[in-house]
Amino acid sequence: MSDMQVSSAGVPPLVSVQNLSKIYGGEKRFLGGNAPVLKAVNNVSFDIAPGETLGLVGESGSGKSTTGRVLLQLEAPSGGDILFKGQNITGLSKSLLKPYRRDMQIIFQDPYASLNPRMTVGEFVAEPLDVHGLSGNRSERQDRVAGLLRKVGLDPSFMKRYPHEFSGGQRQRVNIARAIALDPAFIVADEPITALDVSIQAQIVNLFQDLQDELGLTYLFIAHDLSMIRYLCHRVAVMLRGRIVEIGPCEAIFENPQHPYTQALLSAIPVPDPDIERDRKPMLFDVNANLPPETAQLQPLGGGHFVLRA
Amino acid sequence: MAPLLEVRNLTVAFDTPSGTVHAVNDVSYTLEEGETLGIVGESGSGKSVHALSMVGLIASPPGRVVAGEVLFQGRNLLALSQRELFEVRGKEIGFVFQDPMTSLNPVLTIERQIAEPLRRHFGMSATAARDRVVELLELVGIPDAARRSKQYPHEFSGGMRQRVMIAIGISCNPKLLIADEATTALDVTVQAQILDLVRDLKRRIGTTVIWITHDMGVVAGLADTVQVMYGGRIMERGPVRPVFHDPRSAYTWGLLKSLPHGGKRGVTRLYQIPGNPPDMSKPPVGDPFAPRNPFATPRCLDEVPPLVDVAGSIPGHKVAAWYDLKAELAKQEAQP
Repeated sequence: MSDMQVSSAGVPPLVSVQNLSKIYGGEKRFLGGNAPVLKAVNNVSFDIAPGETLGLVGESGSGKSTTGRVLLQLEAPSGGDILFKGQNITGLSKSLLKPYRRDMQIIFQDPYASLNPRMTVGEFVAEPLDVHGLSGNRSERQDRVAGLLRKVGLDPSFMKRYPHEFSGGQRQRVNIARAIALDPAFIVADEPITALDVSIQAQIVNLFQDLQDELGLTYLFIAHDLSMIRYLCHRVAVMLRGRIVEIGPCEAIFENPQHPYTQALLSAIPVPDPDIERDRKPMLFDVNANLPPETAQLQPLGGGHFVLRA
Repeated sequence: MAPLLEVRNLTVAFDTPSGTVHAVNDVSYTLEEGETLGIVGESGSGKSVHALSMVGLIASPPGRVVAGEVLFQGRNLLALSQRELFEVRGKEIGFVFQDPMTSLNPVLTIERQIAEPLRRHFGMSATAARDRVVELLELVGIPDAARRSKQYPHEFSGGMRQRVMIAIGISCNPKLLIADEATTALDVTVQAQILDLVRDLKRRIGTTVIWITHDMGVVAGLADTVQVMYGGRIMERGPVRPVFHDPRSAYTWGLLKSLPHGGKRGVTRLYQIPGNPPDMSKPPVGDPFAPRNPFATPRCLDEVPPLVDVAGSIPGHKVAAWYDLKAELAKQEAQP
């Protein structure tokens, strides 16, 4: 499966994940016996082409966030390789990893918890510049921060203010400004709109797209449902209990879902139309009764569409 | 027939160190027996606070009911003592809250927790309560109910726990069930199952339901009447069909338009409502949505629009707006 090409044809991938695993537990316990083993990420492989958005969808406990964190080396993988711009970055030391860190950023779900309440917005956005010694002199630094805030649709005068003065949507814009401060190539966005008010979600989704068009960013966009995915992503991977059960272009996943879990996820999106929603019966999918067998492999269906089958 | 619930001019405020938060402003509506009311709003819209304040569940201080009446079966709940409210809550008005992980007591069996309101309100014997618990668990679709009732919350999944919460909510056959973001913390496939269960329960036991959520899609499938709240006020209200298909408040219209409608990347851009939610600590002036509303008139900024019947729509469809959304949209369409 490691030689599987699950990317847009032609271009070498920016990010390539090969047989990635993350296992928790299993260590010897104080009172004897071993802690239970949890395969949070189980032999996951995918590529992301430059400028592409891959949606990673799954329910709580599916391993989607862990995949994002391991991919960025925020946690060490238990197995497998992560290639970034063709370089294997798995297991690199902190200092060797630092130049790659500039190029890979993460945006978290909760804009309330991810900002430092004691830092002004300006300091917070400038911090990565300082860390990498790119902030220049005072006025250069200020100009860069102002430019970043403008890019995410915030007034540069906000840089003197503290996070508590901002709404959820504005805070998420601040997080995005910080994430793009170092001009990264790749951003992992871990449920960046889930905690936002409904009337704000569309603003942030559009901002993600505008920044991609402007800066040529590549995204791994993690979400717990498929509702916004179609607007944002070129391809989607659906995860279930640590495994990718289906991956392919958005069109294929939405128009021709093959795995029963993907079908259940699609049928579970509430449709804001009473005529459609009234008598809809959700498709039932019992995760525990339908765990993919260890021997199951992703089978190609053509057009870069793969489904996990025994 | 008198309505089951009548809310009149309910106004709730919170006194905080940084000023008074005007959470609910002059909210009035009626709810008929057997009706399912979906209340939609985002955080700070007053949707949850208004429901909690009706039954004395907001902490006071800092919260205080500034004005209004809540007539439940003709009785003003706001005039009742906490002791009297004790008799109402759980027995006549059942609740289901958002987080099934934290609203159950981890050291008591499921049976104990469902039986508690039964024994308290009806003085049921332990044996009678036990039978009723099993019956309730079966009703909310928990398999192997007799055995499961002896288990503890940690042995249940999130969806199963929310079923338990619903069982507690309906255990005393309440006249009214209030569910506050009851499926928000659940996975989407589990949410779909819970919504299906509630639709089924409504058919079978005919409970009157107030379903509070931020999700228009959830309301579309569940409610008879939808009430859209923003900035502590009702912006629009009416039978689901006209509100979804012919919205007259710019907020409802914007919310519906900003949801994904099967559009594709690069082909369609998501409509976005500009601006940010209102700062509720500023005293309310005018239409709370006016600063974000592209159709706002000067009047919207300084005068609160009353909630009035929509001319030319289905009876019961009401909107609070100084502008005529339909005319504005028609104008927009006429322009190239």
